[in-house]
Amino acid sequence: MPDTFFYATEVMLNGLMAGVMYSLVALGFVLIFKASGIFNYAQGVLALFAALTLVGLQDGQIPFSHVINAIFGTDLHNFGWTLPAVVAIALTAVVMVGMAILIERYILKHLVNQEPIILFMATIGLAYFLEGLGDVMWGSDIKKLDVGLPQGISETIETATYNWFGYGFFIDKLDIVAALVAAALVIALTLFSQYTKYGRALRAVADDHQAALSVGISLRFIWVLVWSIAGFVALVAGIMWGSKSGVQFSLSLIALKALPVLMLGGFTSIPGAIVGGLIIGMGEKLFEFSIGPMIGGATENWFAYVLALLFLVFRPQGLFGEKIIERV
Amino acid sequence: MFYREAGDYKTSYPEDSQTFPIKFDRIRYYAVLAVAFGIIPFFINDYWANAVFVPFLIYAIAAIGLNILVGYCGQVSLGTGGFMAVGAYAVYKLMTAFPEVSILIHVLLAGGITAGVGVIFGLPSLRIKGFYLAVATLAAQFFLVWLFNKVPWFYNYSASGQISAPERDILGVIITGPNTTAAAKYLFCALILLALAWLARNLTRGSVGRKWMAIRDMDIAAEIIGVNPLTAKLSAFAISSFFIGVAGALFFAVYLGAAEVGESFGIQKSFLILFMVIIGGLGSIFGSLAGAAFLVLLPVFLKNVLVGMLGWPTDLAAHIELLIIGGLIIVFLIAEPHGIAQLWRLAKEKLRLWPFPH
Repeated sequence: MPDTFFYATEVMLNGLMAGVMYSLVALGFVLIFKASGIFNYAQGVLALFAALTLVGLQDGQIPFSHVINAIFGTDLHNFGWTLPAVVAIALTAVVMVGMAILIERYILKHLVNQEPIILFMATIGLAYFLEGLGDVMWGSDIKKLDVGLPQGISETIETATYNWFGYGFFIDKLDIVAALVAAALVIALTLFSQYTKYGRALRAVADDHQAALSVGISLRFIWVLVWSIAGFVALVAGIMWGSKSGVQFSLSLIALKALPVLMLGGFTSIPGAIVGGLIIGMGEKLFEFSIGPMIGGATENWFAYVLALLFLVFRPQGLFGEKIIERV
Repeated sequence: MFYREAGDYKTSYPEDSQTFPIKFDRIRYYAVLAVAFGIIPFFINDYWANAVFVPFLIYAIAAIGLNILVGYCGQVSLGTGGFMAVGAYAVYKLMTAFPEVSILIHVLLAGGITAGVGVIFGLPSLRIKGFYLAVATLAAQFFLVWLFNKVPWFYNYSASGQISAPERDILGVIITGPNTTAAAKYLFCALILLALAWLARNLTRGSVGRKWMAIRDMDIAAEIIGVNPLTAKLSAFAISSFFIGVAGALFFAVYLGAAEVGESFGIQKSFLILFMVIIGGLGSIFGSLAGAAFLVLLPVFLKNVLVGMLGWPTDLAAHIELLIIGGLIIVFLIAEPHGIAQLWRLAKEKLRLWPFPH
């Protein structure tokens, strides 16, 4: 077998792994869209905020230290302790739940029955707000996130594939972990929504708001629940993406990449979010590898959107979505 | 008292259907024009022109354009930055290729080219709508920015990949380039804004605008009463893109002077202009102006207070600015989803009844 074939396969595998990251963000989108019909633009920023909070807690940073220093002329930075990764993750999860409660109480409650576009705008506002809040709380410098996940190229796979095919595949250990975590997350979410009381309530709300209300399900509680879960998914995405490329603003831009993922997978399908993410991740890497050099490279910026655009014309509901798109 | 229709007799049809039927509004309108063209140009300096007036005028043009598409025709677009880039690069290519032609014609032609591009990217709107369309326009945003970055023909093979505006004048007054005076920049943009706002106002209250609004309110019903969705939507995309293209051309040629596409016309610009439209008020020309003024003035104000008065570091001030803008958007949407224009309308209603509220 020629080396280019193996190289293409490797590119494809790495694309799949990048796709897992998109899927993680898209998952949060789908959860919120199903339960409340809100198209949550802030999902990517939630991931950024979660990652920032996690790093901040882990390093014992003092929240708002920059503001305090600016106002009082002090020079505070750290409490002087570091928390173990598990504790910090648990605390961040608590923060995300608190955030969900605040979002429901101060934003969503007041916007019930508004048009979807207004709610969408509100989440864009929320995204700006959280981005500013994260930066003001924890500072905007690029931070290193290390929660003890394995890093670097997996030598085992490299030697094994070298022995089998005569070509060593370079695959990041972190990507493998991310794929496993994503799989675990999807299984956990599926089990939760199929077999627990609250999971069923969640699905009921997703099916029909009014019917759910009439059998006694509290919409407000469900919204807090679903935003908490989305916050948790954002935390996972933030950990994965942050360990890979550091916690920085570009993290919130993956939210935009998640949009074409949703177009492909359908807005209402959890498996769709995963498959869509994989297709986009793989597609953009392969396109960049095969066609990119001919037309100047950096095609990853737009490939996903153009693919989604083409998809929309032929199958507007996505691969797995419900057929609810109104044709014009 | 002074603000009502009663006593203001109309004796002809044109008078009856004029834009400002109330005398007070007409006087106010002419007063604003008198201040804008008779007073400000004589007192404007470089700081005010570059920090406040010129960006306001240019963003106002873009906001009116986007408002036509989103507010009047109901088609959400996140590709504004990309379309502004089309205007900017079109005017750059025209300016360098035909130096003897007037810059005004170049700016209008750039708008025309953008209108063409807008129609192409508006084609998906015939099949999809809502968020799906928003994502389709995102494709325009990213693809166009990438295109202008990667194809050297667009930036005339310059080494830095930047485009910079050569010096051009109208009737001897320099409009673009480094030697432009603040007053010239201001007047040029203000005149174009006036002309385009007048055009937009009259388009939206005429039959074209009514077709757009019919499509926005309910496309199926609109089709049944005889509005052709194809022409209505594509004309909205074309005219909206024309405005945005003119704004992009002015933004590059008059305001920035030199531009790098990813930095000046990125996705952030699309959101900024969308916010102007939302905060100002969907479906209102006045709202577009108010939203643009608000979002241009707010950062200047915050920067002056936080950095100038309190002496905070600039990066912290920038983050707090994000925080405040995000918060304000949410507060606005909750308190008044129809924006500043609605507050204005309410104020006028109140004024009409004043001083007897019942």
